[in-house]
Amino acid sequence: MRNLSTRRRHPLAGLMVLLVGLLVAGGLFSAFAPQSATAVDEDSRKVEAGRQLFLIGCASCHGKNASGVLTKSGNNYGPSLIGVGAAAVDFQVGTGRMPLTNNAPQAPRKEPVYTDEEISQLAAYVASLGPGPSIPGAEALDYKNASEEDVKRGGEFFRTNCTACHNSVGAGGALPSGRYAPKLTGASAKHIYEAMVTGPQQMPVFSNAVITPEDKLAVIAYIKAIEDEPSYGGYGGGGLGPVVDGLFAWIVGIGGLVGVAVWIGANGARVKKQ
Amino acid sequence: MNDHDDIERAEPIENPGVPAHLPRPTDVDPKQERRAELQVSGMFGVAGLLALAFCVFYFTIDRDQTFLGWSALNVALGATLGSALLLIGVGAIQWAKKLMGDHEIIEMRHPVASSTEDRAETLKALNAGIDESGFARRPLIRNSLLGAVGLLGLPAVVLLRDLGPLPHSLYETVWKKGMRVVSDVSGTPIKPSDLEVGQLVNAEPGIIFETDADGERVLHGTEALQAKAKAAVIVVRMRPEDITPAKDRENWGIEGILCYSKICTHVGCPISLWEQQTHHVLCPCHQSTFDLADAGKVIFGPANRPLPQLQLGLDGEGYLIAMGDFQDVVGPSFPELKRGPKS
Repeated sequence: MRNLSTRRRHPLAGLMVLLVGLLVAGGLFSAFAPQSATAVDEDSRKVEAGRQLFLIGCASCHGKNASGVLTKSGNNYGPSLIGVGAAAVDFQVGTGRMPLTNNAPQAPRKEPVYTDEEISQLAAYVASLGPGPSIPGAEALDYKNASEEDVKRGGEFFRTNCTACHNSVGAGGALPSGRYAPKLTGASAKHIYEAMVTGPQQMPVFSNAVITPEDKLAVIAYIKAIEDEPSYGGYGGGGLGPVVDGLFAWIVGIGGLVGVAVWIGANGARVKKQ
Repeated sequence: MNDHDDIERAEPIENPGVPAHLPRPTDVDPKQERRAELQVSGMFGVAGLLALAFCVFYFTIDRDQTFLGWSALNVALGATLGSALLLIGVGAIQWAKKLMGDHEIIEMRHPVASSTEDRAETLKALNAGIDESGFARRPLIRNSLLGAVGLLGLPAVVLLRDLGPLPHSLYETVWKKGMRVVSDVSGTPIKPSDLEVGQLVNAEPGIIFETDADGERVLHGTEALQAKAKAAVIVVRMRPEDITPAKDRENWGIEGILCYSKICTHVGCPISLWEQQTHHVLCPCHQSTFDLADAGKVIFGPANRPLPQLQLGLDGEGYLIAMGDFQDVVGPSFPELKRGPKS
């Protein structure tokens, strides 16, 4: 330090201080100010990228401003997406249900058309239109650490709220006019959660105020637990129980018995030789 | 003897009689016979080994082990025991078909009835019994016996009647004015702001989850199940402009929130299969379909009464409550039930 203080009157000292001051100020500015600027930029760029994707892939049905398109008779050609939230986009596009490929009673699950990045851009755009349910975080979907009590409780919620359409082991079921409740095997925890919050297609909404996020996690843990359960009766048949077993017994079992009876009654080989 | 007998005797084709007996290969060829013998004993031997394998698997395979997605234990036990039984059966048939005696036997038919002497003897014994007991001569004893046997039916009727409650309680449920509508399983009360358009809540009357001073449920066991079976409801929220309320029931909902019985009016299956866009609720048992936006009207299926609606209100804290019991009878229809509101 003494070395520095002895040179404080050096002719170039003032210049050096100025230089150091400028470097510190510039460094601080580049360290802080532009960073927040990029964050805002990043978000708005994501929304803008999503809007571009939306205009190409979605606007023909949902309208250029995502406010929906009405048919001449006043029905929905494509519903308004204002306020449906990022969760709805992530579910519909992430499971391949949207974009719709043809006019069917119900949009089926298929390979997603957009990449994960594009889906998050679309979700960001739709979320920017109005407040709605957001995509659940990893801690809301941590079903692998659920206790046995959680699975049991989730089963109670599942049998009360979901079984009517999705079957007691999530095998799915039929609805009127060609619609159906899809099977839940293979659905990801995130998509199950999003379906509960947003109520896609004919499915009712199960809001977080009535079925809390913890209860939703328990339901997901139950669905995943029954998926891993070995099939004790051979062919599971959607957990329908004695009906499936009975059908198998009637067709294969009794059919086989008829064959055996024919064999018993058949006259075996005979020879002329004495 | 008349002409008919003569006609019958003249058979159109000569009776060919029993076909000549032909031996089986195993009867004439010692090699074939030995082979069949080995087959049968082989099947019995393998069946025995499978029975032993069953016991080994029973103790060695872990209950949680899986095999091709099935329970390994179930597959192993079923395969060994089933195959053992099958092999014993198949071996026995093979034994009978290939090796057991193979000559035709004729067994003549005999009349089934007893001989005339036996029948006469039995009747005599029966009449002697009637005579000596004085069954016909002493009507007092006979009639009192018949009366006693007849009255023995009454205890059976009394016991059967006690097997279930008389159906007088079909006309009411546990819903009362001011009782909260709570979410099923969790028992949490519901505020209108908790529900979004398109929401479905499987709900119960608050009393199901109510506890007394000791923390015990007020209703428990069979009583709770019976109360639940009749009082279960579904609460749905639709856009108010989509709803066509029934006459005099315009104020039965709150901001598009309506409450209906969960029990189908056909044969009483619980229904919560609600399509949020069509507002239809479908019964999975016989496909009765009710339009909840149109006062629960039956639009398809065998049900012949609309789904009973529960009038909703709000209590001081803003939670959903019932404004009284159902005005219609909930659950399956029965012969005494007149269609329409109960008197």
